[in-house]
Amino acid sequence: MALKNFLLAGFGGQGILFSGKVIAYSGLMDGKEVSWLPSYGPEMRGGTANCSVCISDEPIGSPLVLSPDVLMAMNLQSFDKFIDSVAPGGVAVIDCTLIDKKSSRTDITAIYVPATALASENDLQGLANIILIGAILKHTGFADFEAVKKAIDKCVPPKKRHLIEANLRAIELGMQYE
Amino acid sequence: MAEAAIKSGCRHFFGYPITPQTEVAAYMAKRMPKIGGTYLQAESEIAAINMVLGAASAGVRVMTSSSSPGISLKTEGISYIAGSDLPCLIINVQRGGPGLGGIQPSQADYWQATRATGHGDFHILVFAPSTIQEMVDLVYTAYDKADEYRMPAMILADGMLGQMMEPVEFPEKEADQKIEKPWATTGHQNKRAHNIVNSLYLDPNELEQKVVERFKRYERIKEKEPLAEEYLVDDADIVLVSFGATSRIVKSAVNSARAMGIKAGMIRPITLWPFPEKAIQKAADTVSCFMSVEMSMGQMVDDVRLAVNGKKPVYFFGRTGGIIPSPAEVLEQIQKTMGGAK
Repeated sequence: MALKNFLLAGFGGQGILFSGKVIAYSGLMDGKEVSWLPSYGPEMRGGTANCSVCISDEPIGSPLVLSPDVLMAMNLQSFDKFIDSVAPGGVAVIDCTLIDKKSSRTDITAIYVPATALASENDLQGLANIILIGAILKHTGFADFEAVKKAIDKCVPPKKRHLIEANLRAIELGMQYE
Repeated sequence: MAEAAIKSGCRHFFGYPITPQTEVAAYMAKRMPKIGGTYLQAESEIAAINMVLGAASAGVRVMTSSSSPGISLKTEGISYIAGSDLPCLIINVQRGGPGLGGIQPSQADYWQATRATGHGDFHILVFAPSTIQEMVDLVYTAYDKADEYRMPAMILADGMLGQMMEPVEFPEKEADQKIEKPWATTGHQNKRAHNIVNSLYLDPNELEQKVVERFKRYERIKEKEPLAEEYLVDDADIVLVSFGATSRIVKSAVNSARAMGIKAGMIRPITLWPFPEKAIQKAADTVSCFMSVEMSMGQMVDDVRLAVNGKKPVYFFGRTGGIIPSPAEVLEQIQKTMGGAK
């Protein structure tokens, strides 16, 4: 698998770190080496949050992703800051409800998904991040769909078991979006 | 790390919250009551380390964890624990300093950990893991060695290791604590003379003798216990020396340098005290130069220079304040250095 380094970025509260966990656990379920490294400020909500995830067949060297194969951007600041760092041939998945800008790069595939709008239209508030993971899955095939399902089952805490079904719907919605 | 401590037999945790190590305390708070252990959030770091001193005198496996500014507060207690010849485990998840500094990863407590975890003539064992798996494995080692040599052990991690997640496998068996502790203050029940745990010796002759005995033990440790990983050192022109999370970045840079035809290698000290001098000395015979790469302004580089002892040039590259160096930056330094050395 060529695409293995993920950088997910947005505001605290958007579920950036959770998205990273889902991707990392999906890799784990596929029997790969994985790492998950968060970076966030002292704020709970509204501050910047980003997360590096590596999936690899080999033991992982630096877990810090500076030149991602896959970028997921959920706010304008993150888009501006990281879009130029995407590795040539890489994929950028952008929440175009929140980011009113297009990439001018021709050496990467930019996918625009109105994830936040899709989430509210489909009664999936707060799951824009998971819709974007669905889009990433569609365009990169970073893991087996079954592995992603298992990862969601693993990442959703016991108190929120009732949200698993919504998470799975969000993934499918992201996978179906053209 | 917390689960590894529990599996090593630790049933007593005393701490005080500080970013980025609060996850350890939070885990302990959840687990300890379920297994009949003690979790106590003390009123301060100083109180916590003195509770560790108390528990350690009773011979139980005990642990505290903190991050840089909190460790500074604990140093008085650590000195007392070392002066009383007691084993315990201290975790430092380092963040940027000095002062309150920041909350991002750093390795700027190297000097503190290896030179000055308190006043007086003493050392503590210092282990520096580079992966989450190794962090788990070293907790077991640290407890065993602390018991064996009757001294505090520290796991020196950093904010990157403290916050990241990687899959880990725990050893099958619970650790068996083979080492007997006849010195522990467990109640003599009129069957033996009572044990005294103390660090106060007002007679200078007696104190000197105590310290000298302790340093004889340190000599044995320096002989037997240094640990290091060597990576592509045998035919290397330049050897990078790096520990903890930084070593993973350095390893990536070494691989890129090799791909460009530069013979780079890496020595990764796993024990910082005792420092793996011999691994460095051996490499000094064959390489053309060394470069220490750290998340600080250059602290371990002192120990590298002492070990190299003037035989070969020792360079330094580091970022500080919570900035993690990138593999590309390290590679650029290797290229610059090797360009200059030729």
